[in-house]
Amino acid sequence: MNSTILNYIQNNKDSIFNEWLDATKENADERVTKVVSDQVFIGTSREFIDLIISNIKSSNEEFTSKLSDFSEKIVRLGWPLSFVTKGLQTFGKIVFEDMQETGIVTQENQMKVIYEFDSWMTPMVNEVVNMYSSTWERTVSLQKIALQELSAPLIPVFEGITVMPLVGTIDTERAKQIMENLLNGVVKHRSEVVLIDITGVPVVDTMVAHHIIQAADAVRLVGAKCMLVGIRPEIAQTIVNLGIDLNQFTTKNTLKKGVEAALELTSRKIVNVEGVE
Amino acid sequence: MENQSCVKIINEWDIVAARQLGRNVAKELGFGTVDQARITTAISELARNIYLYAGQGQVCIEKIYDGGKAGLRIVAVDSGPGINDLRQVMEDGFSTSGGLGAGLPGVKRLMDEFLIDSNPGTGTDIKATKWLR
Ligand SMILES: Nc1ncnc2c1ncn2[C@@H]1O[C@H](COP(=O)(O)OP(=O)(O)OP(=O)(O)O)[C@@H](O)[C@H]1O
Ligand SMILES: [Mg+2]
Repeated sequence: MNSTILNYIQNNKDSIFNEWLDATKENADERVTKVVSDQVFIGTSREFIDLIISNIKSSNEEFTSKLSDFSEKIVRLGWPLSFVTKGLQTFGKIVFEDMQETGIVTQENQMKVIYEFDSWMTPMVNEVVNMYSSTWERTVSLQKIALQELSAPLIPVFEGITVMPLVGTIDTERAKQIMENLLNGVVKHRSEVVLIDITGVPVVDTMVAHHIIQAADAVRLVGAKCMLVGIRPEIAQTIVNLGIDLNQFTTKNTLKKGVEAALELTSRKIVNVEGVE
Repeated sequence: MENQSCVKIINEWDIVAARQLGRNVAKELGFGTVDQARITTAISELARNIYLYAGQGQVCIEKIYDGGKAGLRIVAVDSGPGINDLRQVMEDGFSTSGGLGAGLPGVKRLMDEFLIDSNPGTGTDIKATKWLR
């Protein structure tokens, strides 16, 4: 890095920062200004500028580790990537124009300065973009795993009775998992009755219905009985409108009624006890 | 235009986006929970058919007004392979994909009006309307 540029930035850090802050705030989209307070915005922006400046001073490894910390923080704050890359551009533009005004950049050395600026900025932009995308990739893959773990749990509630509560949208991937977990679980827990609870499924269309019917058929093949519970009134209506026949199922509108029916099927019931010490 | 918004259907999750859009518009118009469920389910069927049979297309949700009546119209358009025999696909149980074959006849029953226009080679255009009462 050219020492004139370096010196200029260090000596005029505050005025550059203020100019940069004004320009940036004007351009910051709602996503940024809405989610963070003024204080956080200014604090983080200062950190951002300090970081840019430290790139000039510190060693490569030091900068990379600082940049990675900063990127993580920004991602957590929910700042868009475009905002950060734009911020870098604006920073470069301000420094360059100020240096032109004060006569440090002249007609003669202009090309040389631009070239140096570029070789300083480009790796930094690349680094930020890389940091962002790897943070996202990690987040997405973690969420995917978390979602898979959540997607179709099978819970034994009584001897021979298990419940599969389904919450959220069912896509092809999840439908496969439901089937797998059901069959494995039924065998593992020696279930006689399996209750599939769809209280938390927002839309039951023909695909979802088809998968549930197939799952129930499969459960029957391994020797257990399948019950469909948690059918909200509006879902019951749409199922009827679609013309889907659920007669082969025992259906109950609540999980509670389902469990009672399952107990009855396995010749048991819940009773109140009196006089227990 | 304020009264129409669209979702491109390219992958499976776009179906969820289309449903969400439809549910929001239905709520805005004042449809009750049962009709909201009918509308979202109809959108789900049409969007999934696009995804499955045409590969890609578009689902638009329109607010429509006729005299004193307000309604919601789903417009599902694709330029996929189209449908040969319209009468056949409207029969309960007809499916070329091993499905239940309940989607299209189901949408017709879920909604108040149903229009299908399809030609082999040029694609499919379906309009389904629900009136607020
Ligand atoms: N957009 C489309 N383009 C081309 N063919 C279509 C389209 N939509 C439906 N079809 C054809 O019409 C048939 C019937 O569709 P319908 O939605 O009623 O049943 P399905 O999709 O086969 O099963 P499901 O009950 O799961 O919806 C489909 O199998 C398919 O061959
Ligand atoms: Mg279908």
